[in-house]
Amino acid sequence: MPTVDPVMVQRRCAILGTRSIKKQAKVAGLTLALAMIDLTTLEGKDSPGKVRSLCRKAARPFERDQDVLGVRLPPVAAVCVYPSMIKPVVDELHRAQPEGRTVRVASVATGFPSGQYPLAVRLRDVQMAVRDGADEIDMVINRGAFLAGRYDEVAREIRETVQACGEAHLKVILETGELETLDNVRRASDLAIENIRPGDFIKTSTGKVTPAATLPVTLVMLEAIRDACGGPSGPLPAAHSPLPSPIGMKPAGGIRTAKTALQYLVLVKETLGDAWLTPELFRFGASSLLNDILRQLVKEKSGVYQSFDDFAEA
Amino acid sequence: MPKSHNTLRKPKREYSSSRRIPAFPRTPSRSAAIADLAAAFGGAWEYAPAPETVKVAIAPRYGHFIGGQFVEPGEGAHFPTVNPANEAVLAEVAQGSEADVDHAVRAARAALPAWQALPATERAKYIFRISRRIQERARELAVLETMDGGKPIRESRDVDIPLAAAHFFYHAGWADKLDWVFGGGHRPVGVCGQIIPWNFPLLMAAWKLAPALACGNTVVLKPAETTPLTALRLAEILHEVELPPGVVNIVTGDGRTGAALVNHPGVDKIAFTGSTEVGKRIARAAAGTAKRLTLELGGKSPHIIFEDASLDQAVEGIIQGIYFNQGHVCCAGSRLLVQEGIHDEVVKRLKRRLATLRVGDPLDKNTDVGAINSRAQAETIRRYLDIGSREAECHVGGVLGQGLSTWKGEGPMPSAATNGSLKGFWCRPCLFTGVQPSAAIAREEIFGPVLAVTTFRTPEEAIQRANNTPYGLAAGVWTDKGSKVFEVAARLKAGVIWCNTYNMFDPAAPFGGYKESGFGREGGRQGLRAYVRTGGE
Repeated sequence: MPTVDPVMVQRRCAILGTRSIKKQAKVAGLTLALAMIDLTTLEGKDSPGKVRSLCRKAARPFERDQDVLGVRLPPVAAVCVYPSMIKPVVDELHRAQPEGRTVRVASVATGFPSGQYPLAVRLRDVQMAVRDGADEIDMVINRGAFLAGRYDEVAREIRETVQACGEAHLKVILETGELETLDNVRRASDLAIENIRPGDFIKTSTGKVTPAATLPVTLVMLEAIRDACGGPSGPLPAAHSPLPSPIGMKPAGGIRTAKTALQYLVLVKETLGDAWLTPELFRFGASSLLNDILRQLVKEKSGVYQSFDDFAEA
Repeated sequence: MPKSHNTLRKPKREYSSSRRIPAFPRTPSRSAAIADLAAAFGGAWEYAPAPETVKVAIAPRYGHFIGGQFVEPGEGAHFPTVNPANEAVLAEVAQGSEADVDHAVRAARAALPAWQALPATERAKYIFRISRRIQERARELAVLETMDGGKPIRESRDVDIPLAAAHFFYHAGWADKLDWVFGGGHRPVGVCGQIIPWNFPLLMAAWKLAPALACGNTVVLKPAETTPLTALRLAEILHEVELPPGVVNIVTGDGRTGAALVNHPGVDKIAFTGSTEVGKRIARAAAGTAKRLTLELGGKSPHIIFEDASLDQAVEGIIQGIYFNQGHVCCAGSRLLVQEGIHDEVVKRLKRRLATLRVGDPLDKNTDVGAINSRAQAETIRRYLDIGSREAECHVGGVLGQGLSTWKGEGPMPSAATNGSLKGFWCRPCLFTGVQPSAAIAREEIFGPVLAVTTFRTPEEAIQRANNTPYGLAAGVWTDKGSKVFEVAARLKAGVIWCNTYNMFDPAAPFGGYKESGFGREGGRQGLRAYVRTGGE
């Protein structure tokens, strides 16, 4: 059972946090980060109107991109909503991308965010979300069972959720803010990775608990992925290199600035290698991050910062 | 599987005939942004050069700093100091003669009565002002340190300069509290001769000057010959804060200047940080005189990593412990003792982590390993690599530079070497396994980015091997088990022992060695002791 000592984790993150990303590396990194966003709204007051607007933003993050930046920006990776909003999302994304939808539909399920419901209800939640058109399911683990040491129960529930997903991809939310220690984060990561399929994700947080995603927690989860995917002892795998059974990673909650997003990409690049620098294997669960990235891209192009009001809200 | 799951295996499809997860755009289509993105996905994401852009003014020629002003050397001799990353001459500095040293010692002696008579709170103000001025000029000092010494700007910016300021700040606080430390009746030692090394030039100056000044001594400081520039910049700061003339004098030069200082009869105390070889010569010279002596010398510090350690963090600590500042660290963790069962796993992780170290331009903010401090040091390292490759298995590494025989291995290449021009002195991080305890690379201080890996089976054997060295400066213990930490740490003969971390420095923590690593402590309350006389001393 691997243990984790927080002191050197924090030091590693502090050093990587000083990486200086400039010029073309900054533009490429920010564009990459933009394409990795799961544009998210998870509020009780969400309405079909609000998520439709979010879908427009997801498909075309910056309507003036060609005028201002001289390039057309890619869409984000996915829109992430509560199950009741899936149908309007699917509907609106098809309208926004008539030439072929690339933005995926992600739905939280399994009694998100607490998971404090009978397993049958949680699984039914997943099945209905998939039926309604979700491409990706963001589940929460049973933290009560985990913290009580009933790891088998957690593992079995993850396996059953995988079954319920069918072809939809799964993201397993550990809710690291409730697990508290990095030892627990590592154990929960290993547990999840053992029970999901290649291409599925582990994810830090629901966004409903503080602290949500942090660099140290993300580093520990990336190390779990690296150990499970059996990297070589030499250079880290380059982009597009074949990976036997890759697991994806999604930090979520509290990632609001472009600078923070670049720090996460640095962490991925120097822990797992460039092979993971793709939205297939790395995502940001975020909402306000998108406009900060756009603001930084405009600043790189024009040399001056625009007002936040110059960028449409979702 | 409950039956109900199967009823929903094939959900109703509303928009496409086959249920496929949409693919992300990959190919360049429609726009340059997507092409950029493809490049980002494909060639991956390479960091652009991020050079530190602050320009630092360097005079073509420097004299000594004596009696509060810069003076030309008596005999007019100068020598160049070069940037080890490109071999460009940065400036010429004075070669201190016996007459220059005598001039400086007289200035220090003359300044002593007034300085020690000053109320301690007034001395504290000067020391505090030095600290503040270092903070204010931090960027400039960091750039200069990196240009003169070859260390990565990230380290001079985040470690050297902040710690130097912290040492002055910390000792400003002690100046008026010495009665509490020594129970009253203490007096300054007098004129202190301080000789410092090239690995942390400004930081070592701070370690030496701050306690000496706090205790009311005056100083003649000799910086290392390859890295005098930040000490000379510190002289400007001392002038700016109006430190009384003669309280600190700085004489540059090589070993001959240092010898003149050690042998000068007007010096009451010698504080030296550097090699064990030179330290022994100084000890001989000081023997039989009234001079007091503290020595902070070499090391061959062990990391002990037990099989219950947090492996990734231990590997990170080992990397930080030996490749920090190109291994030019007296307490560098240059011997790795790894428990046999996890040897292969640790080596695999070390090699993987090594491959991500960024070797190259020290002024680039993303550089992890900079240039070797001097040609002479690069040659020393190369000699050990030649010996090491006969003694053990070398995995990565090698020395590079014009006129240096290029002993090549694998691993990260310095950017200068890949640019075609091979100016400067470089060493790619080196890792040796299967090293016998008797091997030269396991016993002698290399002072370069070279790690020697050996194994042990029991804690008893680990302690015995760790202590089986003429040195005793530092050690690292890596285990998840608290009782083992205390058991092992108590039995290691080393002045500093880090557990589950390494190379953590703080002005409040005394630093110094056992055995041939020297004697005396620097930092903390213990560090003050060398700079006062008590009772009948």
